[in-house]
Amino acid sequence: MSWNRKHLLDIESLTAAEIFTVLDTARAFKAVGERAIKKVPALRGKTVVNLFIEPSTRTRISFELAAQRLTADIVNFSADASSFKKGETLKDTARNLEALNADFIIIRHSASGAPHFLSRVVNAHVINAGDGAHEHPTQALLDTFTIREKKGKIAGLNVTILGDILYSRVARSNIWALTKLGANVTLCGPSTLVPKTFEQMGCRVTHDVEEAIRDADIINLLRIQHERQRQTMFPGIGEYTTLFGLTKARLARTKPDALIMHPGPINRGVEIDSDIADSGRSLILEQVTNGLAVRMAVLFLVNGGQGPHGVTVG
Amino acid sequence: MPETLVILPAAAIQRALTRIAHEIAERNENGADVVLVGIPVGGDVLAQRLSVLLGEIWQIPVPFGVLDVTLYRDDLGGRIAPAVHPTVIPFDVTGKTVVLVDDVLFSGRTTRAAMDALNDFGRPKKIQLAVLVDRGHRDLPIKADFVGKNVPTALSEKVRVRLDVPGRADEVILEK
Repeated sequence: MSWNRKHLLDIESLTAAEIFTVLDTARAFKAVGERAIKKVPALRGKTVVNLFIEPSTRTRISFELAAQRLTADIVNFSADASSFKKGETLKDTARNLEALNADFIIIRHSASGAPHFLSRVVNAHVINAGDGAHEHPTQALLDTFTIREKKGKIAGLNVTILGDILYSRVARSNIWALTKLGANVTLCGPSTLVPKTFEQMGCRVTHDVEEAIRDADIINLLRIQHERQRQTMFPGIGEYTTLFGLTKARLARTKPDALIMHPGPINRGVEIDSDIADSGRSLILEQVTNGLAVRMAVLFLVNGGQGPHGVTVG
Repeated sequence: MPETLVILPAAAIQRALTRIAHEIAERNENGADVVLVGIPVGGDVLAQRLSVLLGEIWQIPVPFGVLDVTLYRDDLGGRIAPAVHPTVIPFDVTGKTVVLVDDVLFSGRTTRAAMDALNDFGRPKKIQLAVLVDRGHRDLPIKADFVGKNVPTALSEKVRVRLDVPGRADEVILEK
């Protein structure tokens, strides 16, 4: 066990041991979710704020349930119904929340680095729920948790991430987590969305989908993020499906035990064939279940972390 | 190196457990109502051993489970999050006599947390407490029903229970 961080801001700065601590802790929390009474008093009396400056449904609900199952109180705060519309800065909003004695701030923001900034101006624990195209650490933790649960290990596995890598914080966090834990990561997609520069993160880049999925143990599909593309990076959705979509024909050419993941929301018939999404090879809904356990573990662990100043060992 | 004193060697641990098993059998006439729930780390191993001993006395299988109380502790804030162990209770505790098993009884806070945790799994008819060592210094009004050995200690001392460590004999040690 090793965890004394006050915040969870990214995967890049974590050690493999810290990632495994989260995954091991999440296993115990998953068991809590399977009990008749799914609630434990570990964060009783704590206040959690979901500060979502960018739309999200599943991540926000997942964090909300995670906090509730730890008996914390939770307040949801979204950009469209807030004083951001009236011109308040992120710093002022956060300090106002802190003045209400918020213990945790879970932030999603369109600007990369917003959680890091927040962690410097408030005393509350800050958890990154996705910042721009930078990182989405809890998604990577739940993905690695799911892979480890299904395959029994992560080191040595071939993991292919297929789709829009350039604009994807899920891809970046996954690449950090998987390479730290010893997986072989392959990135694939249109050359405009999967530049060769990603090789600097310790993974392989290819634009040949057949070759990318042939030896994969895990295929993690990413959505085309229309909202983050300044201009069209490929000719059309139809062409994307033809060249890179996971069709039944392509699935037939993968290893028989290769499993399919997707962080959601899925675009049926675009990046993934509808029947594949519902098949036994798909882990999509298990990812959602595991996401709750992982977020409970993260809240529980950062609650004990004091950061670089005033570390206590019990 | 702190000064250490063996307060229970392996044979004495075994004798204490045998006596506790007979006391549990004496207190509970109907063995079929009794289940054992151990608190890790330590109590889980003891619960398993008591299950074997009671099975021999009653001639019926006595179920045992493992209850992690970490998430029910009252001292979680302001310290590094402790390791969370799996909880495995493969039976319904409602209507049963649950014998909680812990290695060392000290402040009583672990027992308090365990009773809270048990309530989330059902409503036991009775809860009894069996411990290998009672070292005193209670913070809460809690008393064990079955005690392997009462050991008067100073607050600064530590009681260490070593069970099932490969290559080493079981023992209970007092560190001064």
